[in-house]
Order: sequence, then C-alpha cells, then structure tokens
Amino acid sequence: MSAVLETADIDRALKRISHEIIERNQGLTSVVLLGIPTRGAFLAQRIADILKELGSQVPVGTLDITLHRDDLRLRPPRPLLPTLLPVGGIEGKDVVLVDDVLFSGRTIRAALDALGELGRPKTVQLAVLVDRGHRELPIRADYVGKNLPTSSKESVKVSLLEIDNVDRVEILGER
Amino acid sequence: MKNHLLSINDLTKEDVLSIISTAAELEKITEGPTKKLPTLRGRTIVNLFFEDSTRTRISFETAAKRLSADVINFSAKGSSVSKGESLKDTAQTLQAMGADAVVIRHGSSGAAQRLADSGWISATVINAGDGTHEHPTQALLDAFTIAKRFPERKADFTGLRIAIVGDILHSRVARSNVLLLTKLGAQVTLVAPPTLLPVGVESWPVRISYELDSELEQFDVVMMLRIQLERMTNFYFPNEREYSRRYGLNEDRLLRMKKEAIVMHPGPMNRGLEISAASADSSRSVIVDQVGNGVLTRMAVLYLLLGGATLGEVS
Repeated sequence: MSAVLETADIDRALKRISHEIIERNQGLTSVVLLGIPTRGAFLAQRIADILKELGSQVPVGTLDITLHRDDLRLRPPRPLLPTLLPVGGIEGKDVVLVDDVLFSGRTIRAALDALGELGRPKTVQLAVLVDRGHRELPIRADYVGKNLPTSSKESVKVSLLEIDNVDRVEILGER
Repeated sequence: MKNHLLSINDLTKEDVLSIISTAAELEKITEGPTKKLPTLRGRTIVNLFFEDSTRTRISFETAAKRLSADVINFSAKGSSVSKGESLKDTAQTLQAMGADAVVIRHGSSGAAQRLADSGWISATVINAGDGTHEHPTQALLDAFTIAKRFPERKADFTGLRIAIVGDILHSRVARSNVLLLTKLGAQVTLVAPPTLLPVGVESWPVRISYELDSELEQFDVVMMLRIQLERMTNFYFPNEREYSRRYGLNEDRLLRMKKEAIVMHPGPMNRGLEISAASADSSRSVIVDQVGNGVLTRMAVLYLLLGGATLGEVS
C-alpha cells in the first residue's frame, strides 16, 4: 500500500483542473459542475470553491447514476444516492461531470444516459482526479488530475477529508 | 430486505427507511422531462388481481412501466379463473411464462403468503391487498406521504399522533398502517364504533377511542377509512347518517384540528359518508398526493426487490 497523492497534490491537481475549465469555457457563463456521488460530489464542490476564489460563481450539483448502471444484476440492489440539479438545470449548459477515478468508463456511460433523462446539455465534459487506464468503452477525460498507470488487478482508493477524514490517493495491491 | 413483500412484518425499520429515501430520490429523478428509467428492462411483472381495484393496479402498472419492466395485467374477471381455475394452476401458468414478480390482490387473507410459500412459482411476490389482512404498499405510501408533510422529522415519527378512523374490522390498510407507523415511532389511535373493531385489538400497540370528537385537537394526522359498503353484511351501525354524524370528517371537525394537521384517505372515498366533500378537497387534505406518492413508493419497492441480482444470479 502506497500513497501516490497527498493533500497538497490533490489541492494542486484540483486547482489546475479549475484553471483548465476556465481556459476551455471562456467566461464560464454556462458551465454547470455535476459530481457523481459519493466522492465525485465532494470534488465538484471543491472545484466550485476554487472557481469562486478565482472570481466566478459556478452552479454545482450531483448526479446519481445507480439506476443506469449496466451491472445492476451482478450485485444486490444498491441504495440510491442524491441527485441535486442546480437552479437553472442543465438544458443548453456546458456540463462538467466530476468523478474521482476513471477506470472502465462504464460509470461515465451511465452518467451520460442519466444526463439524457434530465435534459439536453450543449456540451458534456469530464473531469477526474485519477485516470488509471484500462478503458472498456471509447471514453476519455477532458481534465485529469493525475494519470496513474496501474495493473488491472490493483485497486485505487481515493480518500477525501469530507467523509474519510484524510485526503489521500493510494494503490492497493493485488487482491 | 427479504425476497417478497407480504406483510409489514417482513420489513425491518431500516428497510422502511430505505424504501422512503429511495422513493424520495425517485421523485427528484422523475421530475425531469423523461419519466422513464431503464432499470428493470427485460423483467416481467404480472399484476394478478382477483379483486376489483383501480388505483392500486394502475399505480403498480405505472410504477413498473416507469422502470421499463414489461407488465402483464391479469384480472379474475374474463380469465380462466371464472371458469374455475385454481390459484395453483394460475400461478403455474405465470411461472411458465417467466414472470419475475407477481403483484397479487386477493379476497382471501393469506393468499399472497400461500403463493410465496407454496413453491408453485419462483417469482418475487408482492402483496397488493389480501382479504382483511394486509396491504403493505398502501401503508408504505402513507408513511412516505406523512414523511414528506413533516420533513423536519426525517421519517422519525416519534411522538407524532395519528388517528385511524372508521372500519378497522375489515381494513387491511389499517392493519398494515398500525404495524408500520408504530415501527416508525408514531402514537396511533384507532377511532371506531365497537362493532367495527376486530377481536383482539386490545393487544395491538395502539390506543382505542369510540368517539372522534374527544381528542380531535391533538392529532397531527387523521386517516379516514372507507366504509366498505360491500362488506356491510351485518348491522355494524344503525344507518349511514348516524355513522356520518359520529365518525364522519365534516367541516366543523376540520376546523377544530391542529393548524398543521393533515387529512388522509386511501381511497376510494364515499363522499358525504366518512368524509365530506369540503374536507376531501381542503388544503389539509393530502389525498391526491397519496396517489402520486403511491407510484413512487411502488417504484422504490420494485427497484429494491427486483433491481439487483436475484438469488440465482449472485455468483
């Protein structure tokens, strides 16, 4: 078990992502941040806080993807997590999805389906703290905090202060 | 959660809270332009109704369709049941057709239990009302409705005073509600003439009152039950006017209720008998909300029972 990102690294990565979001969406006027619960939601809030410090107020919400997963039948039913759309919704907006780890891409596929139920954004972008590779679908991130080459047998654990009492990303060995 | 939903006793308090919170999330999701979710695609749900029902059947059908399940409606009238087919043969037919869940409404108490325990079918069984026994999804939607009206409680009903008024004797809704609402901490009072209370009611965890007027000011929720005219085969009360005068919710009584108190009714209503038209349509009334909440609650139940892996599918 080894920590690959600590508090300062995560802060730096999120600041860089925030600047890239500003650069790519001039003015940020129609940007909406949507975090995928659980940890993506906290990351989206942190990015929104950084953008506020940089002078832009950006609406932030959460998007639960449980009902759109393609692996529902492989496990017992899961509880639904909150979906909270910001005032103004997502219609015609530039939606930035935020998640902690990008792996197979299936979560993001489900998120795109879930978004489709809620409205029609102008663009959808993807920000992740860690991209660990091993994609199973043609999906890529627009903003990546850290590219982390891993073996598909390892697992990546993201801990965040908000619920885990510590900011850390670590690679857990083969199980 | 167990594999079937036959009685409120099948559910732990955690199960109930999970159903209520799932229903609340589903409400937010289905507020959007698309009400349909892909979650139960490819699952088949049979509505097996041996008794007449409008809202329960439509509610289950709507819930199943919003989750993209295939729905087969089966009502006893116009089916082989009227030719004398037994519950067993009907069940085995449904099994052969590959039903994943059977929602059953039956005139005999215990019919749902029989179907689940018999080994005739492998499908999940959901009780949509069996005789005078139970109607668990009605109680769940009532609890969800109360939880929404008192949001600061977060589904903890401790100290909430709830009156259930009317024909307790024949009411499966009352039975399921007593079990569920007391599980969530509410103090339930049954209000009925002695003739409309079941034998053994003293052992239920409730208070009993023979008159509506004495404590009306103290209730947070007043749930009126339908006088089931089709079951009034005995002389339970002198006449309808007499019943209405003593136990009906009229305007005078409505005005005496607590400021934030609400009026519920599982429907269908006998307007002018147990509830006056003005009470049913007043701002206290959540009767229309109950219908909408019914669809959400049944979606939650279907998702939690069928949405994940079934026993055979867990590797």
